[in-house]
Amino acid sequence: MDFGNILINAFGELISPTTAAYALAALGLAVHFGYSGLLNFGQAGFMAVGAYGYAISTLTFGAPLPVAVLVALVSSVVFAIVLGIPTLRLRADYLAIVTIAAAEIVRYIVTTNGLTEVTGSANGLAAFEGSFYALNPFPQGVYNIGPLGMSERNLWIRVVAWTIVVLACLTVWLLMRSPWGRVLKGIREDENAVRALGKNVYAYKMQALVIGGILGSFAGIIFTLPRGAVQPANYATELTFFLYTCLLLGGMATVLGPVIGAMIFWVVLSLTQGLLYGAIEIGAITFLSNVQAGQLRYILVGVALMLLMVFRPQGVLGNKKELAFA
Amino acid sequence: MNDEREIALGGGGPGCRKRDPIVVARKVTRSFGGINAVDVDYLEVPRHKITALIGPNGAGKTTLFNLLTGFDTPDSGEWEYDGSPLAKVAAYKVARMGMVRTFQLTKVMGKLTVMENMRLGATNQPGESLAKALFKGIWGAREKEVTAQAEVLLAKFKLDTMRDEYAASLSGGQRKLLEMARALMVRPRLVMLDEPMAGVNPALTQSLLDHIKNLKAEGMTVLFVEHDMHMVRHIADWVVVMAEGRIVAEGPPSTVMKDQAVIDAYLGAHHDVDLGDSTGFERLEEELAHDDESVVGTAGEGLIGHTITELHGAGEPGPATVHAEEKKP
Repeated sequence: MDFGNILINAFGELISPTTAAYALAALGLAVHFGYSGLLNFGQAGFMAVGAYGYAISTLTFGAPLPVAVLVALVSSVVFAIVLGIPTLRLRADYLAIVTIAAAEIVRYIVTTNGLTEVTGSANGLAAFEGSFYALNPFPQGVYNIGPLGMSERNLWIRVVAWTIVVLACLTVWLLMRSPWGRVLKGIREDENAVRALGKNVYAYKMQALVIGGILGSFAGIIFTLPRGAVQPANYATELTFFLYTCLLLGGMATVLGPVIGAMIFWVVLSLTQGLLYGAIEIGAITFLSNVQAGQLRYILVGVALMLLMVFRPQGVLGNKKELAFA
Repeated sequence: MNDEREIALGGGGPGCRKRDPIVVARKVTRSFGGINAVDVDYLEVPRHKITALIGPNGAGKTTLFNLLTGFDTPDSGEWEYDGSPLAKVAAYKVARMGMVRTFQLTKVMGKLTVMENMRLGATNQPGESLAKALFKGIWGAREKEVTAQAEVLLAKFKLDTMRDEYAASLSGGQRKLLEMARALMVRPRLVMLDEPMAGVNPALTQSLLDHIKNLKAEGMTVLFVEHDMHMVRHIADWVVVMAEGRIVAEGPPSTVMKDQAVIDAYLGAHHDVDLGDSTGFERLEEELAHDDESVVGTAGEGLIGHTITELHGAGEPGPATVHAEEKKP
């Protein structure tokens, strides 16, 4: 068992673009659920809309990168508004049901064979990342971040992904310290009270839904770029639940919580995988195959989440006082 | 402000005209299933006065509040506030027009601090629009004004020491105070208080009464729901009595308390007690104890009527049930 290698892999996960994508999408959930009390169970749908919006506009319409990103963002805004119009006047649980269904609808639509020309059906789409890597300012070569060596392409996607995460965190922080953020938090606590004070609750909830959706859309693009492929199977409901895991790990109504949560989530997955595989390799564990060990990791994440909820229910960065009155 | 002129034009009585009404409601009805929760033919609320809305449980007082403030939609009817029609206007717009309410079940934002609760009530905060929220330069100055305004109100309501505590840590009575103070942050012209005294301790009640009187002195109109007749008599200039969704009486407190319809609405047949008197209820209780038709004070019957099942089989009405039916007017 090579502990050095296991640790290097874990560090790789810490800064991987997938972690950045999870952080962004979870930050979107923090805006939805943590700050506004909107129970969005369809964040995977927003990610899918972003990823497919980007891929389809690049491949089918040959759109340049900025246009493709814009299309992805606009489609997620439209998706948010379509979801919000019928549900935001209702209680929070209705939004939960509608979003979970809408995310599945998106996934089934892109899987339909009738649309294979455009969406690539179950196989998805590939080879749309060219225009992104064409912008890469780093010359060819091997770059080292700490102990980790990577190609110029991998460096470029990481730099872009984490820059977007930083900018998104900054924006959300600025928004949430403002009176606008205060109204959102008020709505989370009691929307009728906020309404009685003369605030247009519906408009605020819609704005929050759109902003969280845009973050989800960005996450979808970042998630899909390093893979060079977008496949419907990646955007199933469990993705949303992993995002909620990240959010709860880090702390719900915090800006950096979702980022820390996403990092913990992926580092724990990587460490447990390394340790389990290593143990199987040297014969310390004989009753598990590698495949079973892969499944066991997710069980361990679940156990970790349960322990966290019992012993630190506010998450890593959350404010304990806020939970004292729940 | 001591305006001693008559409030009503002509005689008092259900639906009478006022000299200077701020709210005028016509034929407002709302039914839940088969029950007419509110069926108000005509109601005017006098401006710059304290009006009390009283009535037994289920009389439709809170439903009327919800209808007037846009939190519920009536089956029919129209009403205007300060000359502008309000039917079908969204609740938040009603509040922006200066008609602000509190709730019977107190609503505070538990996970916001007391100060943030107060700031939330402020109007004209540019930072509450998404586009301007990012730039503190735009909303910072207004935020300082809002904070100063909130400090004054918190001091008045003796909540200044709780300024940075979470609102959820306040006691029930303090929450009532916070909700009222927060409503005042909107700088309303009509304050609608739904049972402001419920759950507030007696010592605090007196200062709350003073606050309500001060609201009038500052030029606001107050409409409040209250059960305690003693309070109503003390501070209200005008009393509106509801029963079974209708307005059964209105007038100055001293007159209304002796009104037959009010007494019937509250007490049924036993009416020869002065409700404004604190000993009135005690005397009434005494009287009921000697009444053969009343179950009050009779041993064995109590409130749960346990003799029904003990003496008779299921489905067969016991004497207590018959008793209760006979008692109804």
